[in-house]
Amino acid sequence: MSNVSALEGLREEALAALAAAPDESALEQWRITFFGRQDGRVTALLRAIKDVPASERAAYGASANAVKQELEGALEGRREALKQAALRALSTESALDVTLPGRPQVIGRLHPVTQTMRDCLKAFGDMGFRVAEGPEVEWDRYNFDGVRIPEDHPARDMWDTIWVNTLIDGKRHMLLRTHTSPNQVRVLERTPAPPVRVVVPGKCYRQEATDATHEWMLTQIEGLAVDEGVRMSDLKGVLYEWSRQMFGQDRKIIFHHSYFPFVEPGVEMAIDCFICRGNGKECRTCHGTGWIEILGAGMVHPEIIETAGYDSSKVTGFAFGIGVERVALLRWGIEDIRNFYANDIRFLSQF
Amino acid sequence: MKLSLNWLRDFVDVDLPVAELASRLIDATAEVEGWETIGANWDPERIRVAEVVEVAPHPNADRLRLVTVNDGEGRQQVVCGAPNVAVGQKIAFATEGAELVDGHTGERARLKLRPIRGVDSAGMVLSEKELGLSDDHEGILVLAPDAVPGRPLVEQLGDVVFDISTWANRADLLGVMGFGRETAAITGKPLREPSTAHGESARKASEFVEVSIEAPDLCPRYTASVIENVTIGPSPAWMQERLIRAGQRPINNVVDITNYVMLETGQPLHAFDYDFVRGKRIVVRRAEEGERLLTLDDVERVFDSEMLLICDGEGPVAVGGVKGGGNSEVTEKTRTILLEAANFRAGSVRRTSTYLKLRTEASLRFEKGLGAEVPEYAQHRALHLFEQLAGGTPAAGIVDVYPGAKPPRTIAVTSARIEQVLGIAVPAEDVRRILAALGFGVEENTPGQYSVQPPDWRPDVEIADDVIEDIGRIHGYHRLPTTMLRGQLPEPERDPVRDLRERLRDLAVTLGFQETLSYTLTDRARLARMVPDSDSLRSEPLGVVNPVAAQHTFLRTSLRPSVLETYAANRHHEAGALRIFEVGFEYLPVEGDLPHHRPVLCAVLGGLREGRWPQAGTERLDFYDARGVAEAALQRLGIPVNFTAVSEFGLLPGHTAEIRVGKDPVGILGQIHPDNAALFDLTEPVFLVELWVESLARHLPERPAYAAPSRFPEVRQDLALVLDSETPAGRVLELVRSHRSGQVRIGADIFDEYRGPGVPAGKKSLAIAMRFQSSERTLTDADVAKVQSGLVTRLAKEFGATVRGG
Repeated sequence: MSNVSALEGLREEALAALAAAPDESALEQWRITFFGRQDGRVTALLRAIKDVPASERAAYGASANAVKQELEGALEGRREALKQAALRALSTESALDVTLPGRPQVIGRLHPVTQTMRDCLKAFGDMGFRVAEGPEVEWDRYNFDGVRIPEDHPARDMWDTIWVNTLIDGKRHMLLRTHTSPNQVRVLERTPAPPVRVVVPGKCYRQEATDATHEWMLTQIEGLAVDEGVRMSDLKGVLYEWSRQMFGQDRKIIFHHSYFPFVEPGVEMAIDCFICRGNGKECRTCHGTGWIEILGAGMVHPEIIETAGYDSSKVTGFAFGIGVERVALLRWGIEDIRNFYANDIRFLSQF
Repeated sequence: MKLSLNWLRDFVDVDLPVAELASRLIDATAEVEGWETIGANWDPERIRVAEVVEVAPHPNADRLRLVTVNDGEGRQQVVCGAPNVAVGQKIAFATEGAELVDGHTGERARLKLRPIRGVDSAGMVLSEKELGLSDDHEGILVLAPDAVPGRPLVEQLGDVVFDISTWANRADLLGVMGFGRETAAITGKPLREPSTAHGESARKASEFVEVSIEAPDLCPRYTASVIENVTIGPSPAWMQERLIRAGQRPINNVVDITNYVMLETGQPLHAFDYDFVRGKRIVVRRAEEGERLLTLDDVERVFDSEMLLICDGEGPVAVGGVKGGGNSEVTEKTRTILLEAANFRAGSVRRTSTYLKLRTEASLRFEKGLGAEVPEYAQHRALHLFEQLAGGTPAAGIVDVYPGAKPPRTIAVTSARIEQVLGIAVPAEDVRRILAALGFGVEENTPGQYSVQPPDWRPDVEIADDVIEDIGRIHGYHRLPTTMLRGQLPEPERDPVRDLRERLRDLAVTLGFQETLSYTLTDRARLARMVPDSDSLRSEPLGVVNPVAAQHTFLRTSLRPSVLETYAANRHHEAGALRIFEVGFEYLPVEGDLPHHRPVLCAVLGGLREGRWPQAGTERLDFYDARGVAEAALQRLGIPVNFTAVSEFGLLPGHTAEIRVGKDPVGILGQIHPDNAALFDLTEPVFLVELWVESLARHLPERPAYAAPSRFPEVRQDLALVLDSETPAGRVLELVRSHRSGQVRIGADIFDEYRGPGVPAGKKSLAIAMRFQSSERTLTDADVAKVQSGLVTRLAKEFGATVRGG
């Protein structure tokens, strides 16, 4: 019976030691003490079975095994309890102040004008328009004469020009293009036959005073579609889709009569005011009219079609010009266009 | 242009609300910018027309008078201080409670009556200021003699004045009649034309004056009439009122009539004092170079030989289509008028007025292109008014010299073309109705084939599509459906430089940079901060003639000054790291051609690197951050580059590297030289990365080279080399990475550079983490040892490298 009582004593001792083990390394120490392959005390007792008289051997063996299994189970239980306690501590004593700021990450942003430009180009790209760029420093021939604005034409007042101080061959004047329309002429010139379907993004320049709604450097997108069967209703459809992409699916558009020498008929397009929804007598965006003038457009003048070498009785086209800054001002409700080129990161990083 | 609704109603009935009329005009005709309602605050009960029936002195005050008025209901006595009040006048009369503008304070207030110097006043006789019409408070407002006492003043004098901006091709809309026609077409109401009837004397105008045109290319038509026995005096109140509302100052009946007819028809007229027309002849000719004339505004004008002068027998009397001369001005002594109504070439008038810096009501109309038939109409309309209002007798007939006469124009318009352009069919009856209302002649000989004669006041209508525009705008663009483009997609046109430019923008953003966009025009001083004189391409930028400001005079040949200026400006309020970039063009002059627009990405970074907290950390961004940015971007693009130490103006020597593909430079990076940084008031280290898009585009792979990951394990092994201090690490790494041995792939990264104890003087140690891998089998230690020993042999041979501790 002494063997069995030794077993019982060991069991109690081991359980007490286990309950006192505070962490994983104490558990490991406990395991080595009692279950170590060489000197483990439980191991030794199990091994001692060979010294037990044969008559008691079976009973001893059963008891020893029971103790062994109980202690092993207790070890697992203790290990699990410690793990749970540690996890509890992690979410209590070691809980974070989640209201502290995060580690700063570096993120860059595109300029709001670039973002607006990209969104516009994407909308037109989805309708099959590809991008064609042209030079910002341009010949007066392309900027004016090629789009039916001869010298001494009052329409030149619509575009106050910044002239470059070089005169080539005594007659060719260089200027900073006042609009992206000269690239209509360039694109048509290099396209032997329709169809043409392009958008021309880029900077333009005007000799004018700067205020909250006018900048002397501005960004435009010119659109041009020329083919047999291009109708003014297509112009309306394309601009309608663009308006919905940029200003919301429930937008409405309206065409007003307008005049640009390079289109006939010429229109201005307005969208319904998405700020006051037509209900704001004092609305600063639409000035109470319910409509926001947003771009100029029209059917390409037959003379320009003919100059391109196409038959204007068969081939028609439309063109439009969008002020990108104006679209950006509207979509974000920005009040002063001068913010765009002041380049204050505190402004730019909000878009 | 200011358009009075009352005046418009002379030509057409308008029963639309004002806002509706404005909106319809915007849709179809011209830009209505706004309108002013005259008399909006005039209470029809309390402010009425009255007649002055008696004026007596005030018993207690010399300056005041007792005025008895008949306000339609009876006699009322008021105390009045106005010097100009007189019996028989029709005046504006207010009773207690009327809302008025206080004549002294300018504030709006309700009229409260009280005795003035002991005499009760039943009301008030009003000045223009009290009615809010003008600032005139000198005397009372005198109404037209036919005003009916008792009528609410708002009916007598109330009006709506539209502020309209018209298009550059529509001179006819600079006349009220033009809007009459448009309104008639829009609303379907008939147009009323004003009277042009007048009598004439027995003597012919041609006996008074002879007209010759020596420059028919600049003056297609000149008409002259003569009116005898005019009595110069003020024009009637109604005419003055209309002129004022249109923004003109009344002068005398003769000048006012010419202005009135211009405002009505769009056709400018000019009245000469016939007695000062020397030689009794008018000669229309080009000026002689340097010829001079004192114009009506008392300025001596000097002309060139492309300017058109109206001369008499001896010399110039007017600048054709622009302004009259002082030598033949109508004065109160004038008895006989020579009235000019002419047609001048639009471009010529514009050129003259631009060169003389003299924009007049006349020139603004002529430069837009007036019809050559309109002068005759305007003459008769003016003669009618002269007879009515200036007591004159027109001489018989009009002297009419018309070298530019053209046969009536006929334009063929088909219903098919209308549909081809607009996208909808317009019913024939609508086509006929619209065109007729606008004054076009229309014949439809076969269905769908219209023969259209544009009215002579519409020279802007030249081709069928011009007619279609008129049909479309009046018919209403709201009728157009929204359709989508049909047909074939165009051929693609590739622009790899643009594509790469936009990818670089995205990469810079991905790498944490904020995009900025700055003005592309700068000045020489700013450019010189980063461009040396020796760079002849960039130190001679293209300039502009008329900059918006002196600091925007030259097209930039480098983005560096702009981006550094932006950096410095933001440094004032940003304590931490700044990473900004701009993608834009350098405008590099090309002899005899447009400048080369060279696209560049210019990025600048500096300041304290982000730490744990949003406030700046403690470690500065440095050269290797800049280099890391370049490497990351170019690695992403799949462009293999190398970096070579170079020197560059504006960058610190020893801290500057050119980025090359093989031997081809594609960009530069480095620290801004502190001396140059100081020019931007920057005292901190600032680093630049510039990538040249066109150069990079030449090396951009169409698609990234890729290799499938091997399923066999990688063997990692570090290699420590001892080299001469001067040996560029980049070249060593390049050699290691390019080493080939059978199927073994070598990957390598430098992880340490060391000089100091343990390494001989003049030497440095480079630690390289090596990775060996085969796509065919698991490498053994022996395989790796073999590859490495071959590599070490090459390194020894190329760079004199030895293996540290080996």
